[in-house]
Amino acid sequence: MKGWRRKGGRVLGGFEQQEAAVLRGLVSQVDDMLRARAEEAPQDELAELTGIKTGPSEGPDDPVLGRLLPDFHKLDPDQPSQEDVDSASALRSLHEPQVLDAKLGAAAELMNTLPPEGGNIKLTYEQADAWVSALNDVRLALGTALDVDDDMPEELPEDDPRSSHLGIYHWLTWVQESLVQALTE
Amino acid sequence: MEGMTTPVEAEQTLGEDTSAGDQPWQTIVWNDPVNLMSYVTYVFQKLFGYSRDHATKLMLDVHHKGRAIVTSGSKEKVEGDVAKLHAAGLWATMEQT
Repeated sequence: MKGWRRKGGRVLGGFEQQEAAVLRGLVSQVDDMLRARAEEAPQDELAELTGIKTGPSEGPDDPVLGRLLPDFHKLDPDQPSQEDVDSASALRSLHEPQVLDAKLGAAAELMNTLPPEGGNIKLTYEQADAWVSALNDVRLALGTALDVDDDMPEELPEDDPRSSHLGIYHWLTWVQESLVQALTE
Repeated sequence: MEGMTTPVEAEQTLGEDTSAGDQPWQTIVWNDPVNLMSYVTYVFQKLFGYSRDHATKLMLDVHHKGRAIVTSGSKEKVEGDVAKLHAAGLWATMEQT
């Protein structure tokens, strides 16, 4: 990957085979987590009848999924008001299925346009927009798992178990930054 | 999420100066250590049609003050905005004014 550029109404980039394998692997892991979450949605006759999907009312226990699917209200971590908790549950049930669909759609678009063997790729703006969202979800997942904060160094000591993953995180940051630049320049 | 067929470069000003005063609900975006400043600006432009300048100002508020009110209006509008921001990966919540 040497960065993205815009040419003739398309966004162009290229990936080595190993880079494509890493990125596809991460996107499919996030995709699996989101799919498992989508399967937690209650199945009921009314939803089947109306075609209106309802999501779970409780937030995910897993911190990575929790970051991908935040609450609709800022809840006091110690003593959230019952009113806020009830309202956040109702809003989650109502909107989570669409949020999941959007994320799964973006992940699918990336997987469809990034060949497993790598190579040069040419994206429409719509596809590039899906890519930038899917890259963001992968960075959120990895960043949460690595406990990234504002003071995260470029490199960690070699004996830190997170050090090799942090390199991938910084690479993804660069790939996403370059794509945003190409879309907005 | 809404699709995009052209790059975000149109300078639109609609909705920029909407006062939050009479609007019952607000969409708040919170700072987080992962989302890129350029990406947050891009999302504000794409989702709400804000100009580059206005989107950048809101992004800087999120970055420096920890939060910014990005839209306001009816409950239905604001919950839709929060859902779109979640789809894009931003940390957004809503509150009644």
